[in-house]
Amino acid sequence: MPPAIITTDLTKRFGALTAVDAINLEIREGEVFGLLGPNGAGKTTLINLLSTLLKATSGTALVAGRDINREPLAVRRNIGIVFQEPSVDDLLTGRENLKLHSLLYGVPRAEIDGRIARMLELVRLTARADSFVKTYSGGMRRRLEIARGLIHRPKVLFLDEPTLGLDPASRKDVWTYIRGLKEAGDTTIILTTHYMEEADSLSDRIGIIDQGHIIELDTPSALKRKVGQDIVYLTCAPGTLEKLRGLPFISEGIEEDGRVRLTLEDSGRNLQALLKAAGDVEEVEVRRVTLDDVFLKFAGHQIKDEAENHSMFERIAVSKSVRR
Amino acid sequence: MFNFPAIYALLMREALIYFREKERIASILVSPLLFLFVVGKGLTGSSPVEGYSYQQFIFPGIVAMVILFTSITYGLYIIWDKRLDFLKEVLAAPISRTTLFMGKALGGMLGGLIETLLLLAIGMVFVMPLPPWKLLLCLAASVPVAYMITNIGLIIGAKMKSMEGFGLVMSFLTWPMFFFSGALFDLATAAPYIRVVALFDPVTYAVDLIRWILVGYAYFPPLASLAALLVFCAITTALGVAAFGAIQQEK
Repeated sequence: MPPAIITTDLTKRFGALTAVDAINLEIREGEVFGLLGPNGAGKTTLINLLSTLLKATSGTALVAGRDINREPLAVRRNIGIVFQEPSVDDLLTGRENLKLHSLLYGVPRAEIDGRIARMLELVRLTARADSFVKTYSGGMRRRLEIARGLIHRPKVLFLDEPTLGLDPASRKDVWTYIRGLKEAGDTTIILTTHYMEEADSLSDRIGIIDQGHIIELDTPSALKRKVGQDIVYLTCAPGTLEKLRGLPFISEGIEEDGRVRLTLEDSGRNLQALLKAAGDVEEVEVRRVTLDDVFLKFAGHQIKDEAENHSMFERIAVSKSVRR
Repeated sequence: MFNFPAIYALLMREALIYFREKERIASILVSPLLFLFVVGKGLTGSSPVEGYSYQQFIFPGIVAMVILFTSITYGLYIIWDKRLDFLKEVLAAPISRTTLFMGKALGGMLGGLIETLLLLAIGMVFVMPLPPWKLLLCLAASVPVAYMITNIGLIIGAKMKSMEGFGLVMSFLTWPMFFFSGALFDLATAAPYIRVVALFDPVTYAVDLIRWILVGYAYFPPLASLAALLVFCAITTALGVAAFGAIQQEK
């Protein structure tokens, strides 16, 4: 099965700034590929290049088998994009937005109304379908945008921060839908996100992008294993540390601030054996390796801060959406 | 070659939005009506044309003015689409930039024609009687004019980055285009420099043609005006398709 996306030295420069630097990437058909990176890393530029919204400075890519430089229209026919900032037309109703999109993407006329109804139900906007998008909340706009990105059943779907700004219930719905697509196996999904648990639980593989390069590419568990190990803190009786020294999965144990600090592999599996060997324990704290640690190690940035700052940018972005 | 469902979809979108922005429909008519009913009735002197009052003489020019203002504003408003990221949706769709351009151009044309119709209706009641054939010819003449001016607006809008330039365009392009076209005076008796500039002003030919239809007087031979309009249409189409082809997503 040919890869859904292959890039060859794909590069984009904006004047002196190289936003995407000779990226060579292969994304398998049907996979969910997570793209992680701080703001300014080149995530959005890469997506814009692959979706032909930007012209590459050099290099090329095949998306769903079509060349982005030579056949941009064919590429666009096979992809769907859910943008980071909702781009739904707020002077139209939800339904009209979906209809416009369907016509632009060549959805067979006979099927349009049916698909619109099903999509609206999926994102739970049926009741508000005929109100102007102007009256929608940020979360509703994003849900409409998701419905819109999916309605023409693209082969490759780009989701740029798809659950940003959604309430937990809506986020869950979106994840369930993405997992459903994943199981059906005929859509390739490229997902950019700041939410670690989202990337971790949904992605088959993760690419970490920083300053225009892909610096790491692997499955979430492999990446976490590369970074290190879990840490377990035990508040326990003195001497416990000696009891634990022999255990094979512990690589390091020290006493720190009145607690025993252990560095070990796969705390999930090994916790029971550890506690059995330790005997009476007052308190256990388990710190699992997270993608945040992965990111910290490979890109040296704190991606969580980015996510917090993002809500401020969201507010600024919302203030943009006032016509005149 | 033409993606009809897509063009239909784009046109439908423009039409829906146009009819929903009712204040804009009315406000576009304010300046033209001021010219028609204040300047038109204020400058009471002789009219350049026998048998018609000055107000009636400038009426064709005011019709052209409405088309000019509606169409160019429409074209420039694509900047809002850009700024608010709505344009991303159509840029990401599998339609050629040419299709997008055509959809937008036709959409702007529709707006221009509707405003023209409204003005002609007002004119029929207050300015001069209009037999149906004059009305129809006028509308027919408005089609290439609206198309051409919309294109100009779209070309500038495609290149501009923000709404701040909008005022500049109005001051340095739109108003001069109106004044130099001879809408308010007879080019035959105007100072030479005005006549020279008027030659390059597409609105001149629009005014002249419509004036010929409405009051039977024209500075250029009507066929020459029509030809000039069609040439401008062709040129602006080519430039428009090129400008749209060059649009890339910012950020």
